[in-house]
Amino acid sequence: MPRKRLDLTFPPRQSLKPVIYHLVKDYDLVPNILRAQIHPAQEGRMVLEVTGSKESYAAGVAFLESQGLTVREAASDIVLDEELCVNCGLCTAVCKPDALTLDPETQTLVFDKDKCVYCEACVIACPRRAITLSF
Amino acid sequence: MAKSWEEINARIASGDAVVFTAEEFGALAAEEGVSAAAKRVDVVTTGTFGPMCSSGVFLNFGHSDPPIKMGEITLNDVPASGGLAAVDTYLGVTEPSRVRGIEYGGAHVIEDLLRGRAVRLRATGPGTDCYPRTEIDTWVTLEDLNQAYFFNPRNAYQNYAVAVNSTDTALYTYLGTLLPRLGNATYCSGGALSPLLNDPTYRTIGVGTRCFVAGAPGYVAWEGTQHNPHTDRDEHGVPVRPSGTLAVIADLKAASPEFFSAATFTRYGVSSFVGIGVPIPVLDDDIAATLALTDADLKATIYDYGVQHRSRPSLGTVTYAELRSGSIEVDGKTIPTGPISSLPVARRIAAELKRWVAEERFTLAPPLQALPQVGSQAFKPLEIRTGEAI
Repeated sequence: MPRKRLDLTFPPRQSLKPVIYHLVKDYDLVPNILRAQIHPAQEGRMVLEVTGSKESYAAGVAFLESQGLTVREAASDIVLDEELCVNCGLCTAVCKPDALTLDPETQTLVFDKDKCVYCEACVIACPRRAITLSF
Repeated sequence: MAKSWEEINARIASGDAVVFTAEEFGALAAEEGVSAAAKRVDVVTTGTFGPMCSSGVFLNFGHSDPPIKMGEITLNDVPASGGLAAVDTYLGVTEPSRVRGIEYGGAHVIEDLLRGRAVRLRATGPGTDCYPRTEIDTWVTLEDLNQAYFFNPRNAYQNYAVAVNSTDTALYTYLGTLLPRLGNATYCSGGALSPLLNDPTYRTIGVGTRCFVAGAPGYVAWEGTQHNPHTDRDEHGVPVRPSGTLAVIADLKAASPEFFSAATFTRYGVSSFVGIGVPIPVLDDDIAATLALTDADLKATIYDYGVQHRSRPSLGTVTYAELRSGSIEVDGKTIPTGPISSLPVARRIAAELKRWVAEERFTLAPPLQALPQVGSQAFKPLEIRTGEAI
């Protein structure tokens, strides 16, 4: 079954709608929330991985858009350019899931992609612009 | 036990000097004691590789035919100073591009030059009897330039702040992204490898000191801007806040992009990582005692960058060992830490400088003039006043 990563923006005052429930119940999609920041009356953002058939996916995205959400395909990969990286470690300070850490001995950067939630905080934090998204 | 500069230089010249990096020296002193380590080791090398905004290069382009007195100058669309003689300029690392903003700046131009890339030089001039040309548009490489040298007014800060943010929104600073509600802490020092933390009272480092600047042999030219010896010091006499600084000079043509890296701090600006290393002679047990200090001994002060004033409140001190562990405690809360100064590159600098001293006979120069010490002119703020008030 195809898996896609979506970056959802919730408009203010729309945030309390149980869209995830409808994705499962009505569109037969399996959602996996990677990251969410939803406050009532404020714009919210969610990075969501969905697994399901092509048709269900298309219908599910149409449903989300009909609910006023902005849907964009999230980065499918985060790439670290080791030539540009100077191992300053600044990205580790903003990496909440600890996907980016420093080796305790060598203090060089270690990127554990399995822990990455594609929040993109490191992309703007890196002073060398060594971390980029690929779609 | 005391050794003179002359004795140490004679050993360097004959290839017999025993040279350790500051980390290696700390480990040796922990094992054998400070006196034994001081006896055995002649020179200790240091290194640091952090963003240093007060950096830049003097360049001389040579004269075109007919010649021009360059007034407004850009290099890859980054403005450089037109306030010098006809074809001289100073390019500061923080200058943003007119086209790409802070994503490309003076630092990136310098890195491109170091990587051997051609850079587009455009300039206009008033047109004078001796310099009739009014416009020029050409390309230059580092090799083409007559002179190209770093003059960095403030490098190698002796200690730096640990930054946190107590507000409810993220802050974008020269110390990186500071997450809200004490979400993280960033810090910027080579710690035990940092040049001026190893010579806290500027006993061996002064005007004329030979040092490592971005991979090139260079000199300490003067006290750095904002050099301030009067900050709080710990029981070893080592500052626990930002304090001393160095102005350094070195040939850009001898430098390496391995030790100079352009940087962009989102919503802040352009800067550059500059590699600085200073060799320190082990003259006696006193200097050996500070050379032996490790990250477990050296402390930095935590400041709340959520307070947007000149004087930020201190939230206490932590050791570099704690900072490097990945988290610290502030107000009973455990918060993750992240460095900005690269320890792997600092280690490479200390190791490279060790090789220079041990194998390439890089002798040491005693200061021609001391840096301002405790008791010198107090560090002054800028007051805002009107012409009438003067």
